[in-house]
Amino acid sequence: MMGPVLRATLLKALVVLLCFGLLAPIIIVAIASFSGDGYLKFPPESLSFRWYERFLGDPRWRAAILNSLFIGVMTSALSTLVGFLAAYAMVRGEFRTKRVLASLLLTPVIVPHVITAVAVYFLSARMGLVGFRPWIAVAHTVVALPVVLVILQSALRTVDPALERAAMVCGCTRWGVFRRVVLPLALPGVVSAALFSFLTSFDELVISLFLAGIRAETLPVRIWNSLLLEVEPTIAAVSTLLIAVTAAALAIDAAIRRFRGGGALPAR
Amino acid sequence: MPLGRLPAWLLLAPALVLLFGVFLMPIGWFLVSSLRELGTLADIREEMEAVLFSDTIGRVILNTNGIGAVVTLLVLLIGYPVSYALSRARGFAFTLILLCIVLPYFTSTIVRTYAWMVLLGRNGLINQVLLGLGLIGAPLDLLYNRTGVVIGMTYVLLPYMVLTLYAAMKAVDPRLLQAAEGMGASPGQVFRRVFMPLTLHGVVAGVLITFILAIGFFITPALMGGPADIMIAMLIEREVELTQNWPTAAMMTIVLLAVTLILYAVYSRYAEPGQGELQR
Repeated sequence: MMGPVLRATLLKALVVLLCFGLLAPIIIVAIASFSGDGYLKFPPESLSFRWYERFLGDPRWRAAILNSLFIGVMTSALSTLVGFLAAYAMVRGEFRTKRVLASLLLTPVIVPHVITAVAVYFLSARMGLVGFRPWIAVAHTVVALPVVLVILQSALRTVDPALERAAMVCGCTRWGVFRRVVLPLALPGVVSAALFSFLTSFDELVISLFLAGIRAETLPVRIWNSLLLEVEPTIAAVSTLLIAVTAAALAIDAAIRRFRGGGALPAR
Repeated sequence: MPLGRLPAWLLLAPALVLLFGVFLMPIGWFLVSSLRELGTLADIREEMEAVLFSDTIGRVILNTNGIGAVVTLLVLLIGYPVSYALSRARGFAFTLILLCIVLPYFTSTIVRTYAWMVLLGRNGLINQVLLGLGLIGAPLDLLYNRTGVVIGMTYVLLPYMVLTLYAAMKAVDPRLLQAAEGMGASPGQVFRRVFMPLTLHGVVAGVLITFILAIGFFITPALMGGPADIMIAMLIEREVELTQNWPTAAMMTIVLLAVTLILYAVYSRYAEPGQGELQR
């Protein structure tokens, strides 16, 4: 039998090792992107911004950044709006089909994205919608909606219905209750939902791959297309940008949670 | 404030319109009209038997299940201790472990796959370190084969397992463990006879969600695998992009969709209410 102290130490060492393994690939890519060498070497022998220069100097990569931003912002706005209405109905409404509906609304994360992508592509090709950015945002909204719903339902559950009733009794209209009571109280959740739906779209590859055509290539699609040819170092710079966006979104979410509670991540 | 029946449906309408118009209807339409190209129901059945029981598809289905099973097992073995530590940690340690899980979780799958392609290449860091230590004489082939696919997918899917297990472990009342200890159970016994049974439903949920996601995987096997590692989602993409063979794509979609939905129905019974379904 191992002593409890030894056992605890071993577990700790194992966890530290595993956590390091989880974070290391991402950090290594970020560091390697600043390499000044001709190919990706780690640790890099010299440091430079040459891969960033090549990345940002290429008009196709720049177009991809704009496409990704456009589609991401539109997805975020659309899914947060639609998701808020649905989440409010799911939290406050009382109807028999609620459980079935809850599962149904979450299916887009469970059904493999390839299936969604092929099916929507089948429809889009016939309607000339391939390469149309707002349409890609609509398709992304479907896979971002479950994310938004999970976040907003838990945020809205923390809003006490008694407060809404009190405001009503004091002469507030339904719209007034929404604007002055519900929305301010659920605001951290709304910001979280907007952030994570943006990330969902910004990082999404499979649906974009089918719907982008050549006109609306997003960053992940450009990465995919160039990775099929070779593992070139420019992609390390692009990846680092995507990692930075993710880290920024997580930092903002954490700041909101510290401020008010109700963010997306598991709290203690 | 309780909502009447009418406003509830009114608020849900936009979400349902989207779900129907850009998800359910396209899937249904794609399946029905692709299969209709084949002719009558009898023709479709015959064609389905021919395609689904062909050697090529049989191999792909075998690959998909094999890779899915190995990856799920690895993810469970690695994820369990990490989740356990996360459920026990407080303060700074908690934040640190959470960051190690959540940053990769929200980073694009293609970026995570690329990171491992850099590490596992013939001149990659892993081969360099192993060569430098004198453990191997020549670089190992870690990329464009089964090893690469398994490593990449395990990395990508690990956070789903950890967060699902964490939800189950966090729900365990620590007083139960203290009580077992107080009555003379050794740490090993507390773990085996109290903690493990109480978190078993989390393990089942974690295994199911990992396997569901694994069998539908596309990006990582397509980039990190070799010609022998084709999975079903890749084959669907190829039938559509390369050969425009919609009927075959539809048949494989039905198989993948059916397996996914059945496993999801089982999963729903084991998941913590409102947990585990978080994101992507």
